[in-house]
Amino acid sequence: MIDREQFRQIMDNGVWHQNASLIQLLGLCPLLAVTTTLVNGVMLSLATIIVMAVANVAVAALRNLIPHEIRIPVFILVVAALVTVVDLLFNAYFHELYLVLGIFIPLIVTNCIVLARVEAFANKNPPLQSLLDGIFMGVGLLWTLALLGGLRELIGGGTLFSGVDMVFPGAQGLQLLPADYPGFLLAILPPGAFILLGFLIAWKNWVEARAAARKPDSGADQASPLPLADGA
Amino acid sequence: MMDFSTPPYLLQERISVRRVMVQVLLALLPGVAAYVWLIGPGIVVQLVIATLTALAGEALMLGLRRKPLALFLSDGSAIVTAWLIALSFPPLAPWWLIVVGTLLAIVVAKHLYGGLGQNPFNPAMVAFAACIVSFPALMSQWPALGLKLGFLEQLQIIAGLAPRIDVMSGATPLDALKTALKLSDGSIDVPTLLATQEVFGNFAGRGWEWVAGGYLLGGLYLWQRKLISWHAPFGFILGLSLLAAALWAWNPQQFANPLFHLFSGGALLGAFFIVTDPVSGCTTPKGKLIFGLLAGLLAYIIRVFGGFPDGVAFAVLLMNLCVPLIDMYSQPPVFGLKDEP
Repeated sequence: MIDREQFRQIMDNGVWHQNASLIQLLGLCPLLAVTTTLVNGVMLSLATIIVMAVANVAVAALRNLIPHEIRIPVFILVVAALVTVVDLLFNAYFHELYLVLGIFIPLIVTNCIVLARVEAFANKNPPLQSLLDGIFMGVGLLWTLALLGGLRELIGGGTLFSGVDMVFPGAQGLQLLPADYPGFLLAILPPGAFILLGFLIAWKNWVEARAAARKPDSGADQASPLPLADGA
Repeated sequence: MMDFSTPPYLLQERISVRRVMVQVLLALLPGVAAYVWLIGPGIVVQLVIATLTALAGEALMLGLRRKPLALFLSDGSAIVTAWLIALSFPPLAPWWLIVVGTLLAIVVAKHLYGGLGQNPFNPAMVAFAACIVSFPALMSQWPALGLKLGFLEQLQIIAGLAPRIDVMSGATPLDALKTALKLSDGSIDVPTLLATQEVFGNFAGRGWEWVAGGYLLGGLYLWQRKLISWHAPFGFILGLSLLAAALWAWNPQQFANPLFHLFSGGALLGAFFIVTDPVSGCTTPKGKLIFGLLAGLLAYIIRVFGGFPDGVAFAVLLMNLCVPLIDMYSQPPVFGLKDEP
């Protein structure tokens, strides 16, 4: 089973220390293309969480049966099957959102985060730990994409939660800035996503540097220098 | 008795950043004067807003970075950036547009990259590019010709107190030419357009050609004072006019003459005040020439075939990216060696 310390470490790695978007910089393509609004970012993250959690469990359960030489094609098959399920679910229950997210739901297959967790963690750990790793890596992705999507939406158009009616029918997005706000178009465009992601990474580094400066004695056991070294 | 006086190579005048920047501001004055005289006094308001914003942004970032305030605030580099931004933005742009642009230049393009001397991109051009991508409509509203507004009226428009009537906004001569050619679908040619439409003056844009002439004068002054070398401006002008001349010679009905292109848009401001930037440009003489040449070629391509009104900003930013490479391959051989190092 799993002890408290192990649980805490998996959670900490996924949500903060090895955050998929801010530290590993994986899955930048959906990050750039989909985070034009908060709702889009959150919903794509949720889809990715489902895929990651189930894929991690499946691969962890099968890890002793998968031949080492052809493990990557097998992983991709597992992930592709799951993504197809999620794709059909989105099409059935959130059809409008499905049209907005478009190709980026099927593209979860090629998302490096999914393959990276399967290869680096689920392939070497039992199912329960792998499930938690998948979920918490996904949660790390979720809050980053939500924050980035919210910032881009707010700066680019002055709104927040626009398109929320695609998920909860009847709900309304918020118009936070005055209606005549001209909109900083750059924030919506892909370069704006890169620039804001840079600011988020700088912010995270600043938070960590400040924490390290406050506790000089524990500076040695910082996050491991190799992004994918956990579970190895 | 032997004379141990200072060797001649040390007798050079010591040039401080501050002295250079003051000279650059002086060199901009003829252009500014023509601008005020022919286009309107609104530009003075923009210059003041940009200068104040730049100094505030500079002070803020210097404070955050714990750098000596007085030393860097008084070197004038922020003011030069601010003036270049004000001169490249539309003169009647709302005040917040110039504030956003200047803050982008000083905070993001200058200080986040390490401050004076460390920025890989020209801050003023970063501001222009970011703003024209973000606010394309506002950034292409230039005051219409023959519009005689008093200082107070222009001030009100900039402050957002008076309505921005579409009648008073026109396109730049470059934009007008491009749009007219696109709309006419080949039924009208460039010489007719240049001769008939009132937005075009004697050889370029009415009024703007003299502003550009002012920049040329200021640039020549900087060159005469040895504050800039001839390489980068010459390369830029050469690149722009070579391509313009080639296309003009091939099809004078569809392409404007090189003189028009040189005196339109930001070409001369760019040639003498932007590509000569000692920080974001090349450092070797040969490199400066290549840098200017390619920037001129790119500026022509972007302004004629691209979607934006002018291409100087994008051309300079693209070439800024190539500076390390150009510098590496254009190092002069060490004295005494025959071959390249």
